[in-house]
Amino acid sequence: MPAYSSDAERLIEVSHLAEVQGRSLWADARSRFVRNKAAMAGAFILIVIAFFALFGQLIAQYERDMIDFTLIGANMQKGVPSIETGHYFGTDSSGRDLFARVVQGTQISLMVGIVGALVAVIVGTLYGAVAGYAGGRTDDVMMRLVDVLMSIPFMFVLILMLVIFGRSIFMLFLGIGLISWLDMARIARGQTLSIKNKEFVEVAHATGVAPFKIIMRHIVPNLLGIVIVYATLLVPQMIIFESFISFLGLGVQEPNTSLGALISQGASNMAYGVLWQLFFPLGFFVLTIFGFFFVGDGLRDALDPKDR
Amino acid sequence: MLLDIDNLRVTFSTADGDVNAVNGVNFQLDERETLAIVGESGSGKSQTAFALMGLLARNGRASGRVNFDGTDLLSLTPRQMNKVRSKQIGMIFQDPMTSLNPYIRISDQMAEVLTLHNGVSKKDAIAESVRMLDAVKIPDARNRIRSYPHEFSGGMRQRIMIAMSLLCRPRLLIADEPTTALDVTVQAQIMQLLAEIRDDFGTAIILITHDLGVVAGFCDRTLVLYGGQIMEDGPTDPVFADPTHPYTKGLLRAVPRLDRDDDELLTIAGEPPDMSRLPQGCPFSARCGYVQNVCPRIPPELLAFDGNRRRACHVSKEEVSA
Amino acid sequence: MTDPILSLRNLSVTFDIRPRGAWPWTQPLKLHAVSDMSFDLQPGECLGVVGESGSGKSTLARAIVGTVPSSGGQINFEGHDLADMTPRQRRVHRRDVQMIFQDPLAALNPRMTVGDIIAEPLVTHEPNVSRADRKARVQDMMQRVGLLPNLVNRYPHEFSGGQCQRIGIARALILKPKLLICDEPVSALDVSVQAQVVNLLRELQRDMGLSMIFIAHDLSVVKHISDRVVVMYLGRQMEVGEAQTITMRPEHPYTQALIASVPIPDPVLERKRARRTLDGELPSPISPPSGCVFRTRCPKAQPSCAKAIPPMLEVAPGHLVACPYHEPENVLAVSA
Repeated sequence: MPAYSSDAERLIEVSHLAEVQGRSLWADARSRFVRNKAAMAGAFILIVIAFFALFGQLIAQYERDMIDFTLIGANMQKGVPSIETGHYFGTDSSGRDLFARVVQGTQISLMVGIVGALVAVIVGTLYGAVAGYAGGRTDDVMMRLVDVLMSIPFMFVLILMLVIFGRSIFMLFLGIGLISWLDMARIARGQTLSIKNKEFVEVAHATGVAPFKIIMRHIVPNLLGIVIVYATLLVPQMIIFESFISFLGLGVQEPNTSLGALISQGASNMAYGVLWQLFFPLGFFVLTIFGFFFVGDGLRDALDPKDR
Repeated sequence: MLLDIDNLRVTFSTADGDVNAVNGVNFQLDERETLAIVGESGSGKSQTAFALMGLLARNGRASGRVNFDGTDLLSLTPRQMNKVRSKQIGMIFQDPMTSLNPYIRISDQMAEVLTLHNGVSKKDAIAESVRMLDAVKIPDARNRIRSYPHEFSGGMRQRIMIAMSLLCRPRLLIADEPTTALDVTVQAQIMQLLAEIRDDFGTAIILITHDLGVVAGFCDRTLVLYGGQIMEDGPTDPVFADPTHPYTKGLLRAVPRLDRDDDELLTIAGEPPDMSRLPQGCPFSARCGYVQNVCPRIPPELLAFDGNRRRACHVSKEEVSA
Repeated sequence: MTDPILSLRNLSVTFDIRPRGAWPWTQPLKLHAVSDMSFDLQPGECLGVVGESGSGKSTLARAIVGTVPSSGGQINFEGHDLADMTPRQRRVHRRDVQMIFQDPLAALNPRMTVGDIIAEPLVTHEPNVSRADRKARVQDMMQRVGLLPNLVNRYPHEFSGGQCQRIGIARALILKPKLLICDEPVSALDVSVQAQVVNLLRELQRDMGLSMIFIAHDLSVVKHISDRVVVMYLGRQMEVGEAQTITMRPEHPYTQALIASVPIPDPVLERKRARRTLDGELPSPISPPSGCVFRTRCPKAQPSCAKAIPPMLEVAPGHLVACPYHEPENVLAVSA
């Protein structure tokens, strides 16, 4: 009769082994993301654009607000993009270096997108997680507040604010921050409702873990997958939003600029044959947005492998 | 002979490499026979059934030969297979809702099977459906046939599934864990119903299950799968009374029995196998109490003995039975 | 007899069900999940709770743990009623009563390492334990439940179902609780792994002097691990008694039907057994039958059964039956 031994003997044999490092779900997602070619291409584009925004000023031969008087009056002939003159992207209609201006425009646009997404991630996730976990009346009140805020025509309010309080980047950030978290709060709350019923949350509750710790330790990490995906899709939305405001002339003010403002100027000068004034900012704008969408899609596939 | 499966293999290609779910399974099934395919998770029992029904997931491939009444099912086009599936082989699943559309009335779902494949008029089809629901003892079938699936309880849904799979009078019924999601009292009802159907309709049944108790009360023959391979196969009575494979023996001892007072359950050490990393030899060798040097290296052959029994083990059956 | 560690007195749990689309001010329907449960649990004892789905056994477990509020009756843990505990007593209760669940993977946070999961109760209740100490205790516990201690940094999805259940057990036992509530701990596991976990629970119960409530739908497993068994149906207790008595000499018609339905892995025996299946299915717990809740499916039902809820009759010391027409019958006996 052989011994149907318990695992005890084997355990003793191997218990001196070194600790094994686990592969977290994040690590799994990372490897899936790395295998996704479109997403990696998107990530590459974004990195290049980020480098351009951060260090482009070092390559630029001119200050962004310096008018090159040598070109005055001959913008269309001499302001063309060229390596020789040092105006890599040409000049704008006032004779300013477009390369330096695109660098700055990209900076502002990326910043608007990222600040908006960050506010959404931090405020929206916490707000939604708290509402979902608390449930009952608290949930009702918190979510009705979101509904009320959502029902306000924000574009209109923001334009009013910019007109009344003056046009400034700060106002723009404030406005974007105010709306960006609303959708995120709803998404986070919906997810929280399903995670809340998972048994590991019940165990934590039964053991006496404090509610805030449950939210931070058990709910939020399990929300992050969806939140990150949504945030990467939110960034381009914010950039488009800012561009629209700037296109209307209400966003970033001279001498500062953003991609939206540059596109607006380029578009209005199209008739004079200075197409580069439109195409360079537009190209960066489109590439940035595409990059974020590809990365967002890749993240969704990587973090939520169920529907593969 | 109704069904003859020869060297059936099922492979799934996944991101982490190929997974061999079924590795060379062969068995035969006679008309009116009831066969149990017993195994744990990862034994390949469900994939065997899916393969011969042509229902493998998209990343799965089946090879070998599945001869059903003279036709090789693996060589059929999806269209031909559809026909076989609806008319010759019926299938019921653990969760009936996977095959019932929640938005369509039972009457329409059942009638569709008949109008589509037998060319019966809708009126006749519904009349036949009611008859079939009566046969599976759905109370007040004439009126309840107008209901939607969610209006029935789990046990009733399983009855509807059975009725639906029987509409075209299939010669073979494959039941994949039909009672696992049900309560014991309902399980008893369903198993009794299946037994009556077997007797009334003369349908051959393949019952796929992990529950040895259900097998004991129902099946003529038992086939034990582990790691995608047949460990032991034979008439139910001797397999249960005198298991000749260490796995079968271990499994039978690990089940707590209501009618016995065993103080400690004898366990099989370890965990069910990781299908992507099976040993070269016997898949059970890693957990086997009788393991010999040869076991992990060379796969044991499935050899016949006592006329109609088969076993795949390097250790002699006398030693295992002792 | 010593004082019971846990005693239930006429415990009821009801849930408010609001029909979809109803106005917020309409009276919600009451779902009676648990009604009028009374039993005692002695220290070191294992009490089995058997019932089919919808019998209220999981709700009972959650009421005892304190995650579901009771709506009537008392739950006394070490002499204190759960409903009016001071925060300090509640903290002690939370530490001393732990639970393990049916779905082993769902009970573990997928984003945490196994070490962190097992340590969580420790961090919560003994925050002053040093990091090294905590790790030593976690690894010690892992070894005790049959897990390799060098796997502390792994994540739940890297373990099989049986191993996940062991992780759940380690987490439940790290604070050395007095009462362990197991809600269907093995029904999601493979047969060969079930036996391992059942044996492990028995061993731990003996070694640590745990009291245990073992909830399952599978009477064979419950009988195997429990000293006494409570049979539940539609939120009410039908029969209470020694595990041996309940299986060999059940008196309540429902217990008898339940045992008759359990298949036994012995083909010869199965063929000879009396086939007796219950008709119909569980009635809705929103409007349970009047009188005896089992009467709609009971083979012995009389008109009088609809009138009053049958009291628990003590047919032998410690053997209680909620049926006036009870009679002992060994359903397992093979008919000639």
